[in-house]
Amino acid sequence: MSERLSVRKTYKLFIGGAFPRSESGRTVIVNDAKGRLLANAARASRKDVRDAVVAARKAQSGWAARTGYNRGQILYRIAEMLEGRRGQFVEELRDTGLGKAAAAAEVDAAIDRWVWYAGWADKIAQVTGSANAVSGPFFNFSTPEPTGVVGVVAPDSPLLGLVSVIAPVIVTGNTAVVVASEPGPLPAITLAEVLATSDVPGGVVNLLTGHRAELAPWLASHQDVNAIDLAGAPDDLAADCARAAADNLKRVRRPAAGDWTADPGTARMTAFLETKTVWHPVGV
Amino acid sequence: MSFEYAPAPESRAIVDIKPSYGLFVDGEFVEAKRSFKTINPATEEVLAEVAEASADDVDRAVAAARRAYDAVWGPMPGTERAKYLFRIARLIQERSRELAVLESIDNGKPIRESRDVDLPLVAAHFFYYAGWADKLAYAGFGADPRPLGVAGQVIPWNFPLLMLAWKIAPALACGNTVVLKPAETTPLTALAFAEICAQAELPPGVVNIVTGAGETGRALVEHPGIDKVAFTGSTEVGRQIARSVAGTDKRLTLELGGKAANIVFDDAPLDQAVEGIVNGIFFNQGHVCCAGSRLLVQESVAEELLDRLKARMATLRVGDPLDKNTDVGAINSAAQLSKIRELSDSGEAEGATRWAPACELPERGFWFPPTVFTGVAASHRIAREEIFGPVLSALTFRTPAEAIEKANNTPYGLSAGIWTDKGSRILWMAERLRAGVVWANTFNKFDPASPFGGYKESGFGREGGRHGLEAYLR
Repeated sequence: MSERLSVRKTYKLFIGGAFPRSESGRTVIVNDAKGRLLANAARASRKDVRDAVVAARKAQSGWAARTGYNRGQILYRIAEMLEGRRGQFVEELRDTGLGKAAAAAEVDAAIDRWVWYAGWADKIAQVTGSANAVSGPFFNFSTPEPTGVVGVVAPDSPLLGLVSVIAPVIVTGNTAVVVASEPGPLPAITLAEVLATSDVPGGVVNLLTGHRAELAPWLASHQDVNAIDLAGAPDDLAADCARAAADNLKRVRRPAAGDWTADPGTARMTAFLETKTVWHPVGV
Repeated sequence: MSFEYAPAPESRAIVDIKPSYGLFVDGEFVEAKRSFKTINPATEEVLAEVAEASADDVDRAVAAARRAYDAVWGPMPGTERAKYLFRIARLIQERSRELAVLESIDNGKPIRESRDVDLPLVAAHFFYYAGWADKLAYAGFGADPRPLGVAGQVIPWNFPLLMLAWKIAPALACGNTVVLKPAETTPLTALAFAEICAQAELPPGVVNIVTGAGETGRALVEHPGIDKVAFTGSTEVGRQIARSVAGTDKRLTLELGGKAANIVFDDAPLDQAVEGIVNGIFFNQGHVCCAGSRLLVQESVAEELLDRLKARMATLRVGDPLDKNTDVGAINSAAQLSKIRELSDSGEAEGATRWAPACELPERGFWFPPTVFTGVAASHRIAREEIFGPVLSALTFRTPAEAIEKANNTPYGLSAGIWTDKGSRILWMAERLRAGVVWANTFNKFDPASPFGGYKESGFGREGGRHGLEAYLR
């Protein structure tokens, strides 16, 4: 009897909770570090960006309306699902050229990062919000609210970097349209399979693979995107995207060389939060 | 019933306006090659010749700010910076009547507002941020937060000294030095503030004031030697600034336009709501980015509310800003007046109904009567565009969900108002309004401890409160 032929996976996009091919029908060849074919990944187009933004917008108010406790539970569930597929992610990271120990360490860190951010869902408002002592008979308080739909140009760290830019955006109630790492897109799609089975509502995270320089400018200029994280954009692309983002005054987080294993702090969350201040008179 | 009022003018004698003013750079007033005139918008009288800073002048101011940052202000312990800011706050309090009169003369706002709102808030803002200067490690921005360096700040003409305070107080408290450009039509109180800096013996170069128009502002914002841009003004200029800092390391905060909904439910105390609507749109001639310029009133009380509103509007006194009885002063400039007229005319042309009380306007100066448009559709320009004048657009709604839909149907998101006696509805509405400041059963309240700033195209970043420190720390 001959050896069993393995069943390969088709790597598609992740939009609105579904896994469509690019509407353009285009693909990009993804090879492993030794140059062997891994997959023909989808090469997303402008229209895929627009479809993803529509899905993200549709999901945003419902996601923001969830309680922090509920969002925290769902993010923790992502960690659980990722843990269950640990071996698969280690293999995919090894294909990108990481050694066995390094790949395992990156998967562990990514799982732990979800757990870390999950806990923030019902705590960030207590750290960034306030009751304000105004000079008059008013109750005055400030609370953080999600900015809305956030475009994310993911960094090249294909799993830990990706998780480190998605989790802080969605934990507070934003939804995301993410352009995955160009050289390492496959872990992003496998992560989408994790998200799809973690009770994350469709549209909260949308993942596109393809060419950054082609997709990021559409995201940056889209009038229904409220903010953009340029973590993985090279400097010249980031500058172009920041200029395009000015049209509807998107909040822009510029690229910064970062060590993804470091303590993330709260900056990535607060970058995509608005502060709302409410006044009410005090009286009988 | 109508009341007769005898004129009650505030004396101008307390103010000594010089014939000409230089730029305040490196602790000294220096001349510039060119100058422009600033006028009293209530009389069109020329008040003074003011230096117009060129790109070279801006360059000198930025260099002075950098030297002061490196040598003096950056290394200075927070406890010492705090004392300078407390000194400035006290000097403002001591000179507050003079500054209020000067503000009303140069800006056109009623003395009642400059005296009772602007100046107390200016002093309070410096006092508030003075106290932060030595407590930054406890502000939640890390154990050792550092200043950014030199801040370039551009402010508008509607609250000249208050906007200066909102910009300079937190910047200095955090250890930055500043180059500030006041608005072209209202430079005088910023120049008086420069004198106060000298009186406080603030080290030279910590605060630099460069007067001028748009070109001066551009030279400042685009100067490679600044680390931070803070701008308050129109959304269009805000966009240009956001483009110009793209690809640089400059940090940016923007406080831009607004088209706030002031939402009145049928269970609201209507007389209080009317006062809130009047305060929301006619305060400061409606030259307020967070003005409640779109009245959304529940259909069942619309007629009654509008009747009461018109009766109240008929009692507003429009005229001499220095008269202590005046409610609505002069429009700040001829250009702004023509913009208000153009948009109001479009309201009529598009089918809305204009109403203004009969009121005698002075012959000289720039004036516009308090005006309300009824029968306004969401598609009308007067319902969408910021008029920045004493012009209210009234629309109606039936359900809370419709009120939210209409209130949020704008690219702006600076402020909103809610009038209802039902507490749970206030909180429900407040959660859903996409605006940085929500006033419930009140409107146009400001405080140094209260963060202020917009959602969406009203800009980003907050001024005021602990949140206001973030814009000036790394």
